[in-house]
Amino acid sequence: MTTAERSVPKPVFTDAEAGAKEFPDSTARRFNYYTPQKRKQTHYEDVTVEVQPDPRHYLSQGWLYGFSDGRGGYPLDWTVLKAWGSDRPEPTRGPGSGGKGYDWPAHGWHEFRDPNEEWELSLYRYNANVVRQVGQNVEAARRSKAFEQWNPNWVRFVERHVGAWMHVDHGLGLYLFANANRRAPTNMHNNAISVNSMHRIRAAQDLALYGLTLSEEIADFDGSAHLDAWNSDPAWQGVREAAERLTAVDDWCEAIFAANVVFEPLVGELFRSHLVQHAAPRNGDFVTPTIVGAEEYDFSERDLRYTKAMFELLTADREFAEHNTRILHSWLADWVPVSIAAARAMQPLWSQPDAKPPRFEDALDAAKSRFSGIVSDLGLETPKELAQ
Amino acid sequence: MSRQSVARAHQKIQELSWEPMYHEPVSHYGTDYTFRKAQKKDPLKQVLRSYFPMQEEKDHRVYGASDGAIRGNMFRQVQERWLEWQKLFLSIIPLPEISAARAMPLLFRTVPNPELHNGQAIQMIDEVRHSTIQQNLKRLYMNNYIDPAGFNSSLRNFQNDYCGTIGRQFAEGFITGDAITAASIYLTIVAETAFTNTLFVAMPAEAAANGDYLLPTVFHSVQSDESRHISNGYATLLMALADEGNHQLLERDLRYAWWNNHRVVDAAIGTFIEYGTKDRRKDRESYAEMWRRWIYDDYYRSYLVPLEKYGLVIPHDLIEEAWNQIWNKGYVHEVAQFFATGWLANYWRIDPMTDKDFEWFEHKYPGWYDRYGKWWENYNRLSTPNGHHPIVAEDVDYQYPHRCWVCMVPCLVREDMVMAEVNGQWRTYCHEACRWTDVEAFRPTYQGRETPNMGQLIGSREWETLYHGWNWADVVSDMGFVRDDGKTLVAQPHLNLDPSKMWTLDHLRRMDPLLSPNVLLNEMTDEERNAFHAAYIAGGPAGRPARTDK
Repeated sequence: MTTAERSVPKPVFTDAEAGAKEFPDSTARRFNYYTPQKRKQTHYEDVTVEVQPDPRHYLSQGWLYGFSDGRGGYPLDWTVLKAWGSDRPEPTRGPGSGGKGYDWPAHGWHEFRDPNEEWELSLYRYNANVVRQVGQNVEAARRSKAFEQWNPNWVRFVERHVGAWMHVDHGLGLYLFANANRRAPTNMHNNAISVNSMHRIRAAQDLALYGLTLSEEIADFDGSAHLDAWNSDPAWQGVREAAERLTAVDDWCEAIFAANVVFEPLVGELFRSHLVQHAAPRNGDFVTPTIVGAEEYDFSERDLRYTKAMFELLTADREFAEHNTRILHSWLADWVPVSIAAARAMQPLWSQPDAKPPRFEDALDAAKSRFSGIVSDLGLETPKELAQ
Repeated sequence: MSRQSVARAHQKIQELSWEPMYHEPVSHYGTDYTFRKAQKKDPLKQVLRSYFPMQEEKDHRVYGASDGAIRGNMFRQVQERWLEWQKLFLSIIPLPEISAARAMPLLFRTVPNPELHNGQAIQMIDEVRHSTIQQNLKRLYMNNYIDPAGFNSSLRNFQNDYCGTIGRQFAEGFITGDAITAASIYLTIVAETAFTNTLFVAMPAEAAANGDYLLPTVFHSVQSDESRHISNGYATLLMALADEGNHQLLERDLRYAWWNNHRVVDAAIGTFIEYGTKDRRKDRESYAEMWRRWIYDDYYRSYLVPLEKYGLVIPHDLIEEAWNQIWNKGYVHEVAQFFATGWLANYWRIDPMTDKDFEWFEHKYPGWYDRYGKWWENYNRLSTPNGHHPIVAEDVDYQYPHRCWVCMVPCLVREDMVMAEVNGQWRTYCHEACRWTDVEAFRPTYQGRETPNMGQLIGSREWETLYHGWNWADVVSDMGFVRDDGKTLVAQPHLNLDPSKMWTLDHLRRMDPLLSPNVLLNEMTDEERNAFHAAYIAGGPAGRPARTDK
């Protein structure tokens, strides 16, 4: 019996591999449309730079679709901060004009590179590692009955106050950071911001799902207590007011700056590092710090890192350093009091665990010191409002 | 990992959202749609605890295949005809992907349902994945394929070239204008739900038939995310349908989005699949057959039509007309012929068609040879420089077309071309549906209704205008489509890499200057313009000028 030959494509030897022939461009194997930050182009730069166009250098036909006011793309004036070249007019193109704009990079915004070099490979590896480790920590604690070591007051503290922090993460992750990923003028900015957004949303879910486990493991753990704390506990209303105000900011640079340079060191780290991390072990809890610590690492080692790189460029800008510095100082004057007020409103939390953490004032001093260091690294002066 | 079920975990994370008490989040984007607050469930039911490891595992498979392709010398059996078209496709697609990420915030304030925002945030980071994984694939091609030219200058090319401009609509349409029109109807309901099937499923299958199994590896991985995005769009659509006042806008937006996607995606992907392949087995599906299956049956009949009972007015006429364009009016063939006519303004090489190709086309599209065969024989004859000009400047019975002001694909089905005077400028459109898009849909009033949030068509929408009166050598230099010897063009109308067979700037220098059809149109008197229009619509198929002996 014969079988009809199946219809399938046949492999063909084409010898179409690199180096098979010599001809113009046969060895030109690097993206030639941008200048790398360092001597060699990095993998991160290759997959990131120039994906989001800019009519100031290429994009000869300009943006094609606009909002109802006729503006398309990513207007530079969506922030009041400026990078060199920001004031150059967009090249006017018309009959016979040709397509050229300014030479790359046309303005200073394109010089930003995310020091974390985040792209899809790095962000999934990093976050997958975090969720795996968090899950394993919780599971190991569950198996070893670690939650039974918690004193009752600490159970109340975790269900109510550690739980309340998830709302900050969720709100800022979505309505500040994810929102800002439409606003910045380069792909380097917007990708870094979108990764920041996912850190916050993941941290929110880490806490929520931790709460679900605790509801299953601790007989009287109230898994919905965080809602009451967030909605009506006076200790949280300053934080909530600050978080909501952050999501209401129109200027994307101000939003990132206020969140990552001011609010996080003065409120986020104060709560996570100086309260939860210090109080938990004394109250028999070695698990919560590993979850909160994951978020702490997100911020201090990754999100703050790109934020500093972003604003360092602006405070050292060759054309607009003074302009930017003046505005950043005004933002410090606006946001430090908001954050200090939120921090001080949280003070009662320090006295709630049975085994007390170090004093609130010492914690706040440490947070202020950390904040001053960040501000100083950016070439800014510590605002007088910090003394409040 | 915890043993909590996905359903319980997902239910728990719904506790995260909260209504503002002190300050409303900033509202950057507007819409003319109205939504009532509704408890529409997040259709993705995705929790990041499982999402990140899932994506990481998908990455392992993609990058493992990439290593395997290089170690297994995949490029020794890749068809150059195919890979050359990837220089265009992979220059375009990372921008639509990243634009979809940027589009998600347009929905946060306009769709008042926090449950949906969770799915939108995940779509955002999915799209970052797609954009960078596709850039990475292009980088791999640049490093390992015989001819890196065009890959190495990819994003500059894309942003300067008229083909890139056509493709850019498939990105800018997501992020501007009315938030729901852009980020929901155009992006998720039409682009993702209908056209990613041909983009990310049909086209990779053709890549594999041409020796390239990396494109399927990457794009099937991408497509596995798309199904989640489709659910996002569906949930928003059902919310919009709940308000009768939205039905008029939905009808408008479906017409615009459907027609624009057809014009743009079918032009590009149809050309890649039909003219970029060496697989001429008679029983392999043509683009028309794929379209009928993926778009007409799977999208139109299975997805759109059932929505009619919820009050959605479906553009049946435009769906049938798109099929008419593809099947009866040769839309894909006309586009491929135009790309090849203008090869010198591109950044990839276009292989001439052979007798085997002719036979396949005639089998799949009866009558193809009579329409297009002679022209492709001329293309072959004129492909290597031998004292003649590139085909665009030779007499091959082809009239250089006008551009469509809306979709920016030229007006190739000559009989359908229409004109309108808008803002003091005469514009040409490839079809009445594109004229309607400009003159009626993208306006601050629609059928007497105020639509203050509707976007605008902007930009220098005819590429030739920029180079009106320029020598072709200067045009190509200005765009940067020149190889590293400073004179050989990136683009070639053949695949021969012998430098003596390749076109250079010197060859172009001898040509007459490039003239903008739109500039010339606007210099005509009314009488001349009417005569021009009558002659234009009497032309074709295959770009033939109207016969004067008729």
